[in-house]
Amino acid sequence: MNTIATESSAQDFYCREEPHGHNGTLLGFWIYLMSDCFIFAALFACNAVLGTSYAAGPTGADVFDLTGLAVNTALLLISSVTFGFAMLEMARKRKRAMLGWLAVSGLLAAAFVGLEIHEFVTMIAEGAGPDRSAFLSSFFILVGTHGLHVTVGILWLIVLMVQLGKHGLHEANIRRLQCLSMFWHFLDLIWVGVFSYVYLVGVLR
Amino acid sequence: MNSSSHTEHAHDDAMHAHHGSLRGYLTGFVLAAILTIIPFWLVMGHVIESRQATILIVLGLAAVQILVHMIFFLHLDTRSESGWNMLALIFTGVLVAIVLGASIWVMYNENANMMPMSPQYMHHKQGS
Repeated sequence: MNTIATESSAQDFYCREEPHGHNGTLLGFWIYLMSDCFIFAALFACNAVLGTSYAAGPTGADVFDLTGLAVNTALLLISSVTFGFAMLEMARKRKRAMLGWLAVSGLLAAAFVGLEIHEFVTMIAEGAGPDRSAFLSSFFILVGTHGLHVTVGILWLIVLMVQLGKHGLHEANIRRLQCLSMFWHFLDLIWVGVFSYVYLVGVLR
Repeated sequence: MNSSSHTEHAHDDAMHAHHGSLRGYLTGFVLAAILTIIPFWLVMGHVIESRQATILIVLGLAAVQILVHMIFFLHLDTRSESGWNMLALIFTGVLVAIVLGASIWVMYNENANMMPMSPQYMHHKQGS
């Protein structure tokens, strides 16, 4: 009698359902983003350590254009929100509206990358290139890595928009779009760290 | 008999968890915009005399804004993917804190305890 009771309660400890949600891809992509966090953490640590090693060269206050930075930050934030709007249209199965918002997000991100390249080119022309000091090396590698991520995100967006246009909103495309949406918002989140720490704090220290 | 309704429920959950709502995105946008404008205003307008205080406020607002992005844009909560998303995030948060904190701590001490550079050495470096 007692044994049976113990047995049945012991069985209740077994998980009867699949413990990992229904869609492993999204969790897997989230774990990829978390590993991407480590790349950025290492680059942020570099910037924190080397951020005042100017080698008698220009400081953050000398080279950073905060007005341009504000424009860039706004572009990326708005692009994040418009991508959210695209996801809402996707949930409502309105393909045209969704593609429209995706195009807006892509163009805003492209403007962001364009302004960033302009900033880099201007800095290098002024003699504040990545080879000038440890501070500038850490700045270019961190901001450049973020910019590269955004660029790859735009390429992914273009490819996905073509696929969505051709094959419509089937399950695989929805899953891909959900991954790209996470990637997009994640890059905006990293940018919060970049503009706050690298630029705003960089100007002050 | 139960499994189909369960799947549907899980699907609904996922739809809800990953797409958010218009209200959610707009709330997130307004909060993020405010949390961006304040630090720019503090730094560009030289509002606070103390640099240390400004740096601390800017970093504090950045931390709050990152939370805003996670909640309203990434729709992160303890329920999505049965809590595995949150677990991975907490794990990453701990390791990132160690990487950042330890690097800054170690390198600060390294710098502070380094032998002062002699003018002779500086001359040698510049000559080479």
